[in-house]
Amino acid sequence: MELSRKFKNTFANVPMLGWLLGCLIAVLIEHYWGYDYISYYLGLPKIPVLFGALVVLKEPMMIPGVIAYDLLVYVIPIFLVAKLTVFITNPVALMLEKKPLWLSTVLHLLFFYGILHLWSGINDYRELVVKLTLISIILTVSINVINGYQGEFSCSHPGFMALGAYVSSVLTLYFFADDKIFGPAVLSPALGPWLFPFALLAGGISAALGSLLVAIPSFRTRGDYLAIISLAFMFIVKSAIENLDVIGGARGIGGQPDYAPLPVIFIWTMLSIWIIHNFVTSTMGKALNAVRDDEAASESMTVKTRKTKIIAFMFGAFWAGIAGGLFAHVITYINPDMFSINRLAEILAMVYFGGLNSIIGSIVGAVSINLLGEALRPLELFKWIIIPLILIFVMIFRPYGLISFKEINAKELLRSKHKPEQGI
Amino acid sequence: MSVLLNVNQMTHFFGGLRAVHNYHLTIGSGQIIGLIGPNGAGKTTIFNLITGVYTPTEGSITLENENIKGLETNEIAARGLGRTFQNLALWRHMNVLDHIKMAHYSQLSYGLIGAFFNTRKCRQQESEIEENAYRLLELFDIKEHADQLVTNLPYGAQRRVEMARALATRPKILFLDEPTAGMTPDELVQMIKIIRQVHRDFKVAIFLIEHRMKFVMELSEHIQTLVFGEIIAQGPPEEIQNNPEVIEAYLGKEDLA
Repeated sequence: MELSRKFKNTFANVPMLGWLLGCLIAVLIEHYWGYDYISYYLGLPKIPVLFGALVVLKEPMMIPGVIAYDLLVYVIPIFLVAKLTVFITNPVALMLEKKPLWLSTVLHLLFFYGILHLWSGINDYRELVVKLTLISIILTVSINVINGYQGEFSCSHPGFMALGAYVSSVLTLYFFADDKIFGPAVLSPALGPWLFPFALLAGGISAALGSLLVAIPSFRTRGDYLAIISLAFMFIVKSAIENLDVIGGARGIGGQPDYAPLPVIFIWTMLSIWIIHNFVTSTMGKALNAVRDDEAASESMTVKTRKTKIIAFMFGAFWAGIAGGLFAHVITYINPDMFSINRLAEILAMVYFGGLNSIIGSIVGAVSINLLGEALRPLELFKWIIIPLILIFVMIFRPYGLISFKEINAKELLRSKHKPEQGI
Repeated sequence: MSVLLNVNQMTHFFGGLRAVHNYHLTIGSGQIIGLIGPNGAGKTTIFNLITGVYTPTEGSITLENENIKGLETNEIAARGLGRTFQNLALWRHMNVLDHIKMAHYSQLSYGLIGAFFNTRKCRQQESEIEENAYRLLELFDIKEHADQLVTNLPYGAQRRVEMARALATRPKILFLDEPTAGMTPDELVQMIKIIRQVHRDFKVAIFLIEHRMKFVMELSEHIQTLVFGEIIAQGPPEEIQNNPEVIEAYLGKEDLA
């Protein structure tokens, strides 16, 4: 206890900028010396992809080497740089504090993106994991709107995702790609990346419209019954797609143009977080919580409960559709089986693990379940025994998830920390 | 005195059970009207019928000469019927400030787009209703609890949150469903003061269900007595107090001595 308190005190005056700078240095070290020197001398065949998470189960002999690598490349440089640069990062943070909050946030995000870009540039696998994790973040934050803020138990998220994925795929294939189902490209493929956002939006909107099928029953029922209805919706979407040969049926469709590089996904993810955060912190968005906690009282306080429920479902589904569209253009192949019960289990695990009613919780949940999923990949199916077990323990000790009922406070997060607070 | 609310010949059946029979009510601006009656007489049902939770089987309800029967509860509330609940109906995961802000829902006009992109209009309105909410909190002496969850507040304070929340909807008539239920004598005295103050400062009419005779006699200028869904007596407090039928309904026949 004493040690951790001391540790916290030592780093209490490091602003977010300092941590980012530390990460940048760590990533640069890995970029320039990671392969040639560090992993070579530690006897590792290559740079550990996810902090060595994959190695642990596959080749236990290499664990010491991986730990040494993590310490040398990440832990020590990050903490050292963060602590040593406070004399420069704090004044800069203070300067940014005087600028409008959005500017400071955007600058921080740009910085963060740079780090992420360098880190994921090491190999393709890392990049794919980062992309899928970002997409999972959109999914988790959006299902949190329905299952957390609105308090329904909706199981139709994979269905919404499928709608978005298929609609946007069909659009991009029809307009910008030479495809064997949809024929030659209608528009010049050069326009593709610029018009891709519209295809995504179309996917999101169709998912939102589809969600009405679940939203309307939710007027009269909630809890278990709505869960069954929403589960049915997911299977309806899946079997409908399986039986539509026009869009590939059970074989799925592939060959989507690769319009979703890392920056595009990063921007969409940040956009979704920003918009959802704005919404749930506004009084109009808090009506979701009011309806969840006491519907009768909300009605009497002039809250339009039906409208609120429809908004929650359509809004959540919209972002699920966007995530589905991005997913389709990352994998460049989709089939109905991808949007089934396994995906549902994954999404629900992420949101309930991370924490209900909290965006930051959703982000934590999405990132940790994704990394855990990758780390446990060598165990194959057993990973679906371990992840639920972890989930059960979380539910026992924190019934609402790791970080629940907490909102991001960007100002607090980014402020400079000249005077360390007392007694933390 | 202008008539605000007029309920005429209201009857309601739950299946085969006649819960309310031929009920009349007129509330003029600035009046305080009490509704008393033994348990199960249908007092809360009458509240629910007027505020639109149920639609009455027969009869008419008008607010300022406009029909409100059959409208949704939220529309009726937005037109000026604020209410509190017999068993507190607060939002347990929300803090006190958000409760009061939420009750401004019908006054928001920034729309969804405003909420999504946090537009200037949205920020402006949010800060306006926040200011208003703080004013109400100060009036009810719960300002120091503003960012606490309601479930952490003492019972009396929760009651006051509920009343402040109802007032934030800018009601013309405030419906209070047993505002003193479960209160200590001290809190009771305070509640009488609060209701008087609300009545004076917000210029609302008040319609109040109450069990405690002393309380209701002291506040109301007109009292209705309800037994088995029917009004058996109504009039000014002194009259009701000495009405043998009322005493019988409350105390039973033998105790009449």
